[in-house]
Amino acid sequence: MRRHGYKPQGLIETLHSIQEAFGFLDDASMRYAAASLKVPISKVYGVATFYHFFSLKPQGKHTCIVCMGTSCYIKGAGALIDQIGAEYGIKPGETTEDGELSLMTARCVGSCGLAPVCVVDGDVAAKVTPIALRERMQRTTAHAE
Amino acid sequence: MLSEELEVLAEKERVAQHSCKNHIRVCQGTGCMAARALEVKNAISGSVKEMGLDKDIAVIGVGCRGLCALGPLVTIEPGDRLYKEAVPEDAGEIVASVTTENVERLHTDTKAPFFVRQEKIALENAGSIDPDRIEPYLAIGGYQSLLKVLSEMTPAGVLDTITRAGLRGRGGAGYPTGLKWSTVAKAAGPQKYVICNGDEGDPGAFMDRSIMEGDPHRIIEGMAIAGYAVGADRGFLYVRAEYPLAVKRLKTAISRAERNGLLGANIAGTPFSFSLEIRLGAGAFVCGEETALITSIEGNRGMPRPRPPYPAMSGLNSCPTLINNVETFANISPIIRNGAEWYAAIGTEKSKGTKVFCLTGAITNTGLIEVPMGITLREIVFEIGGGIPNGKKLKAIQTGGPSGGCIPPQFLDMKVDYESLREVGSIMGSGGMIIIDETSCMVDVAKFFMEFCRTESCGKCTPCRVGTAEMHGLLDKITKGQATVADIALLEELCEMVRDTSLCGLGQSAPNPVISTLRYFRDEYMAHLEGRCPAGVCKFQATEGVAQNA
Repeated sequence: MRRHGYKPQGLIETLHSIQEAFGFLDDASMRYAAASLKVPISKVYGVATFYHFFSLKPQGKHTCIVCMGTSCYIKGAGALIDQIGAEYGIKPGETTEDGELSLMTARCVGSCGLAPVCVVDGDVAAKVTPIALRERMQRTTAHAE
Repeated sequence: MLSEELEVLAEKERVAQHSCKNHIRVCQGTGCMAARALEVKNAISGSVKEMGLDKDIAVIGVGCRGLCALGPLVTIEPGDRLYKEAVPEDAGEIVASVTTENVERLHTDTKAPFFVRQEKIALENAGSIDPDRIEPYLAIGGYQSLLKVLSEMTPAGVLDTITRAGLRGRGGAGYPTGLKWSTVAKAAGPQKYVICNGDEGDPGAFMDRSIMEGDPHRIIEGMAIAGYAVGADRGFLYVRAEYPLAVKRLKTAISRAERNGLLGANIAGTPFSFSLEIRLGAGAFVCGEETALITSIEGNRGMPRPRPPYPAMSGLNSCPTLINNVETFANISPIIRNGAEWYAAIGTEKSKGTKVFCLTGAITNTGLIEVPMGITLREIVFEIGGGIPNGKKLKAIQTGGPSGGCIPPQFLDMKVDYESLREVGSIMGSGGMIIIDETSCMVDVAKFFMEFCRTESCGKCTPCRVGTAEMHGLLDKITKGQATVADIALLEELCEMVRDTSLCGLGQSAPNPVISTLRYFRDEYMAHLEGRCPAGVCKFQATEGVAQNA
């Protein structure tokens, strides 16, 4: 915030920094940002909910982001969502009850040449099939235990 | 730093490059990175050291070479030998082959149509220079255009050159760049801004990302030239937070440019000052719309506002603001370097120059291409793209992302430029080109785009907020086989209404995919009314619960 001179214009940058540090935006940090930048809390909340990139809920230990860009969609990203859904019982945007895994969708991660694409814990997996994803997820979650 | 000092730096770099007989270039674009390109690069560097060849062979990480489907790509110079799908284990063989024959298993022919049919301007350096350093860019004449502009040209002269070059905005709408610049230059105000729109929101498009990642200095140079021409001393680069690599490379590039006196106060010892800052987007498609982007930079929800006043008159902080797309800025430096006539000679009557496209979907050579305007779709799809894989038939070409339309195969011989694309009900857009084969259902594709627009609608104006939701509902009904002829009529009516009454480009163009599919693939809609999906994508009553999540 200091970098942006405590100006209201720095709100989005501030929220980016908070999310980078804590993984998500909780109520306390949004209140703090509002007070420091002298903007209404309602506006902070408004901005935080407007942009998809910000998350108001803590993420699971692992995340799987399925790209739903056009080329991924055409090449079968829907089946990947169904696969995770069947295996872990979660829909896009949800986290499993034990906090192990969050499933998310992305508009486009920009690796359309490698469609369909998933991002598992920050690693991009290219040309994913439902079976490959299943193995990958089993490896990822098992690894942690 | 003065221009003489920069020349010294450039010369030093050239000498250093020449002292190495061979160069191995490893693509470090996001696509190749996902295919372990960094490991490949490190492995090759390791092998070079091991064999004691560090004096003869330089290993460089470069930007996108275009053929993303076959990444990671490795190029060996001299000779422009290209290796595809390299893995770290191949490193030894690759290094050994520098002085001998090609490794057949990895070799790809660079004489293939994919490479020779392209004409690169915006992408000329991506794939050959190291984006993390400024010296290679200087060595190939980078920033010379900026220096030329500052020392030899008046702002009016720059405006004239850009106008005569006939460059049009590459963000999609195709507004003449020279005209836009002149408007901002004429606008009165003590403070003006230059903004680069790097919020590439279209799914299936990554042209701007590749330029930002592969050749960041070119964008900085283009923006500084624009700043000089319109009289602005501050600039903002608005980049999607989803592009961490592009953000990182741009940040590095800005600090390198500042250190060398190419950004900041009194650039190259002239009275001209220009500073540049990065602003991160946060995943809102509507922020690609210029007024929404400006409100977002101001720290608000990215909602568009009515135009006029246009940003050129009253933009960021109510000051005159020039806002252009990444690819537009990437074209500035070559135009200044080679002259307006050179640029105007490429392309068609009304659309000059080249355009970068992202060729994706059901096509053999997915990747990034840059072609002259006026090329036919057939050349793009079947020569450069290598046709449709698995013996499938081409069904449609989708351009312009969620704001564009689907072009059926009967227009394959149409020339690609702004006007003709609009004529067939699509738009140029930012350059996404998605090839759809017969296994996709067009109603489902239309529904996909409508779902996108529905979610991304910012909610400010009613036609877009409610209209996209209603249209999505109708499309959903059709894909479930529950619709009637009356629903299709209603859908068409809604399309027109939303197109004509929405506030910004997102809403006005949201019906495009539906309109164009209704126009060219009406039979598929009709088949759905009878409870039949010709492509077998949509599941009807019996299995409905499984397939539908809306």
